[in-house]
Amino acid sequence: SLSENAKCDVHKLEEGPPLQAVLTREEGLQYYRTMQTMRRMELKSDQLYKQKIIRGFCHLYDGQEACAVGIEAGINLTDHLITAYRAHGYTLTRGGTVREIMAELTGRRGGIAKGKGGSMHMYTKHFYGGNGIVGAQVPLGAGVALACKYLGKNELCVCLYGDGAANQGQIFETYNMASLWKLPCIFICENNKYGMGTSVERAAASTDYFKRGDFIPGLRVDGMDVLCVREATKFAAEHCRSGKGPILMELQTYRYHGHSMSDPGISYRTREEIQEVRSKSDPISMLKDRMLSNNMASVEELKEIDVEVRKEIEDAAQFATTDPEPPLDDLCNHIFYNDPPMEVRGTNPWTKLKSVS
Amino acid sequence: MNTSPSENSCESCPLVVCLVSRLAFECTVTVRDALNQALDEELERDERVFLLGEEVAQYDGAYKVSRGLWKKYGDKRIIDTPITEMGFAGIAVGAAMAGLRPICEFMTFNFSMQAIDQVINSAAKTYYMSAGLQPVPIVFRGPNGASAGVAAQHSQCFAAWYGHCPGLKVVSPWSAEDAKGLLKSAIRDDNPVVFLENELMYGVPFEMSEEAQSKDFLLPIGKAKIERQGNHVTLVSHSRMVSLCLDAAAVLAKEGIECEVINMRTIRPLDAEAIETSVMKTNHLITVEGGWPQFGVGAEILARIMEGPAFNFLDAPAVRVTGVDIPMPYAKILEDNSIPQIKDIIFSVKKTLNV
Repeated sequence: SLSENAKCDVHKLEEGPPLQAVLTREEGLQYYRTMQTMRRMELKSDQLYKQKIIRGFCHLYDGQEACAVGIEAGINLTDHLITAYRAHGYTLTRGGTVREIMAELTGRRGGIAKGKGGSMHMYTKHFYGGNGIVGAQVPLGAGVALACKYLGKNELCVCLYGDGAANQGQIFETYNMASLWKLPCIFICENNKYGMGTSVERAAASTDYFKRGDFIPGLRVDGMDVLCVREATKFAAEHCRSGKGPILMELQTYRYHGHSMSDPGISYRTREEIQEVRSKSDPISMLKDRMLSNNMASVEELKEIDVEVRKEIEDAAQFATTDPEPPLDDLCNHIFYNDPPMEVRGTNPWTKLKSVS
Repeated sequence: MNTSPSENSCESCPLVVCLVSRLAFECTVTVRDALNQALDEELERDERVFLLGEEVAQYDGAYKVSRGLWKKYGDKRIIDTPITEMGFAGIAVGAAMAGLRPICEFMTFNFSMQAIDQVINSAAKTYYMSAGLQPVPIVFRGPNGASAGVAAQHSQCFAAWYGHCPGLKVVSPWSAEDAKGLLKSAIRDDNPVVFLENELMYGVPFEMSEEAQSKDFLLPIGKAKIERQGNHVTLVSHSRMVSLCLDAAAVLAKEGIECEVINMRTIRPLDAEAIETSVMKTNHLITVEGGWPQFGVGAEILARIMEGPAFNFLDAPAVRVTGVDIPMPYAKILEDNSIPQIKDIIFSVKKTLNV
């Protein structure tokens, strides 16, 4: 079916993405399933965290699903992607399974990083994490884009950061080099209105994040609408692949949870605000309504997907809570790649531990 | 390679002189030229290798280490960056993650502090955090430590800072042979290597053996070299201080004191075994470094000796000769007295031996 997208604000561009897009039934069902899987996975993680089965940092993505799903729909798995610490959704779209994501959160040997990385350090092919230091992932992403250009495989790198990170100096250093060297890099600012507890107005002299790239063309996109995100991403990808250099997208989105599981998320915003977004702009509800009103799916069909998703999450949670923790002899492994085994000092001089690649 | 003639005879027509000398005797090569050879050979050998940093291309390198490379390999392989260390170090790490083999030059390691998060958190830790999914084959290189008259902000030694971190290899060459063999190994290593050069050593010529002139000449990372054998005291050092140790040893030899001089070559992993074996022979240990004393390279070596089999062989406490615990001053008389001099090593040897 055809759908009307909101017109994107543009910066240093003649025109933005098309105002109309075609959504096939197959695509719609797939986006719905993936977003629902992401939503339920995050909510289950919330539960497990409160039960103290997940510990440490846990930054949940519920509310922002249309971003991850829409972006992936606009690129190929052979392209590259890097993001910050709110990364579970991208780990999923980039090929990770719910099982191995949840088992990583619970710190088990079946985790995607064997329990050694945790929430913020999950990797798959052409997905470079999961990065804990705010803003550091942006130069990394441009480096990946440099490799894409160097190796000549017509691949690009999607490089994500939040509204909080958007003020980081290293991001402006990266804009400069990516532009100078025409790197095939899509910079994407996921603006969820709050950097931890600081609203965008209190952190940024200019909250027009899509313009902050200055000489880099930019567009501002409704990040709650999966089709808008997809079309914008396709538009941006075309820009990069045609050799024009980097482009910047600001996705206006929202997180239902606080910054992390330690943040109730209501000291700096009202419950009413959260509720309003939920009722008026929820990405999954919006897609569902669109599909139902265009007769692309029935209520029962979507309910069936919900049931399947719920089961998948339950199975994954079951695995994540019963899989054993990593073995102690894995402690010192993976220090160096392609090296002979070596000794690592333990906590005292008499303890010598073994490390293999 | 299109080079202009300079103070080193080998440089003006390297091929001819080296070919001739290969037949008869060893070649003389400066540390700078040895590094240049290593870069050239590795760039030629593997297309994924590239060099980026400030002034590395069209300026031929701030210290001329990359002279001629841009002319030979072009913009794709030799990249001039803006003065944005955090940005370009991060870009280099990302390129390494995506399949290239970057050499990231810091004009001096003092500037690496701006980028240290990328070196430690993005490069060193990633293979571990990803449980072996994501290697980072990158070399960070540049001059480290004191120079001459460049004052406090441009004179710090970072051997201890980088040597502290698991996931990094940290190399500190002294001679031309060290420079060439270790840089080639660093570039071929699939892990992040911090390669600490020394500006004052760049122009120093060394004899280069026939073996070292080969395009496949590699030195193993993590193995120290005994530069001088001796029975009375072990002197352990790295980089430029090795020269001072050898000079001190020559003076002491005239008084019948024979020093064993160990060139560490690698800071991390530290070749503790080589040091222990030597101490078990000489019964005396002095470490010599240019960096500050607290939590430094010498401090680590002494701790290891305490904890290891060589402790029982010590006839006197092991001690450290280090830079003075102050920011580096400018005036020559002050600067000269801020870093170890030959007389400081001689004094420390005699105190340790109680002579």
